[in-house]
Amino acid sequence: MHALNLDYMLGLVPVLLKYLPLTLGMASLSMILALILASLFAIIRVVRFPVLDAATRLFISFFRGTPLLVQLFLFYYGLPQLFSFLTAIDGVTAAIIGLTLHFSAYMAESIRAAILGVDRSQWEAAKSIGMSTSQMMRRIILPQASRVAAPTLINYFIDLIKSTSLAFTLGVTELMGAAQKEAAGSFLYFETFIVVAVIYWAVVESLAFIQIRIEKQLSKAVSR
Amino acid sequence: MIQIRGLTKIYNGVPVLNGIDLDIEKGERIAIIGPSGTGKSTLLRCINFLETPEKGEYILDGKSIDVQKANAAQIKEMRLRTAFIFQNYALFANKTARENIAEGLITVRGEPKEAAFERSDEILRDIGMADKANAYPASLSGGQQQRVGIGRAMASDAELMLVDEPTSALDPEWVDEVLQLLTRVAQAHQTMLIVTHEMAFAKEIADRVLFMEGGRIVEQGPPEKIFTSPDDPRTRSFLRKVL
Repeated sequence: MHALNLDYMLGLVPVLLKYLPLTLGMASLSMILALILASLFAIIRVVRFPVLDAATRLFISFFRGTPLLVQLFLFYYGLPQLFSFLTAIDGVTAAIIGLTLHFSAYMAESIRAAILGVDRSQWEAAKSIGMSTSQMMRRIILPQASRVAAPTLINYFIDLIKSTSLAFTLGVTELMGAAQKEAAGSFLYFETFIVVAVIYWAVVESLAFIQIRIEKQLSKAVSR
Repeated sequence: MIQIRGLTKIYNGVPVLNGIDLDIEKGERIAIIGPSGTGKSTLLRCINFLETPEKGEYILDGKSIDVQKANAAQIKEMRLRTAFIFQNYALFANKTARENIAEGLITVRGEPKEAAFERSDEILRDIGMADKANAYPASLSGGQQQRVGIGRAMASDAELMLVDEPTSALDPEWVDEVLQLLTRVAQAHQTMLIVTHEMAFAKEIADRVLFMEGGRIVEQGPPEKIFTSPDDPRTRSFLRKVL
């Protein structure tokens, strides 16, 4: 056992932090896209649009039923062989697409459950004053469902941030990719990966602060 | 103003409404009484298309709507011409009292926000809830919530108010304030169809009382007649139990 190289570890922090914006950028963009997609899927499932409902179920089943890594490889290495125009796709884009689709499948089910949890009287009151389905969803149902879904969705965001580390397998130099390269040069694997682990950990913990504020904001209508 | 012809609603093979015919005149206040499960609430819900009837016809100003073939525009027209007051208030939980009243004006009727909130504030003052304008439903008492529910219906300027057992979910101490407000609304010649178990209230505000049983209108007439000398033995037997 060798002694930990603390100087190396301290010096590594600013080097790796330069890659944090890419990691957070990929995670945030994927989260926003996944939320939009998941809300659409959830509404399709709840309203039971004939053909779309079946297609959505198949989509969710596939993306929940296969590993994220397999999906990423499929997008980055597999699809360009089928469709030549996809060869132009870079690793970051492929990762964002893969993460978006994968997490939208999970989040769609949480959002669907939250929508179905909104009291029947809310749907009836919205309809009775003449709202269309989309007005009802936008103004009444989704805002109430979001309060219920928020904790789960934030958990998925945490998972998503950590899952961006898989992008390094597509040749993307994000936080994990950068750490991999540093370790390969210094041979100090433990030091490198414990530093990168702590960085991920700190990011996720700071999210917890934001989580409390978001949940408080969303539940202001039900607190007395 | 609105005529209903042959309205039939069937749940799991059982007819809940059995060919209802009803003419509602402008300014008329009609109370519907009868035992539980006789289709009183279902009738109101069908008029607002919260339920789709199996058969029947609505005639609005001479224009006929076949309930089974009604398209989205016709359903919306019926909903805009009617305002529903729910037994459980059904205020939008994510909106304040003020927003609840303004919501339909803004979203459905496309009024500018400012005008809608101005109208909402006016109604809140009228129903004695101005100090609760920014309160969410969860922080209001049942009576206060129902008053806002009535306010929401008032804001819509609907020709016909559909009032579904407005006090039966309320604790006794809140019943009076809600009935007083409804009486005031009725006295302004608002056309109303009211399902109620409050016989004194029905007697006071109704121009006509319908007694329903088994999905049919058994008997109807002015309150003084129905409550004192009804013709049908079923009406007599029901009133003996509740009065």
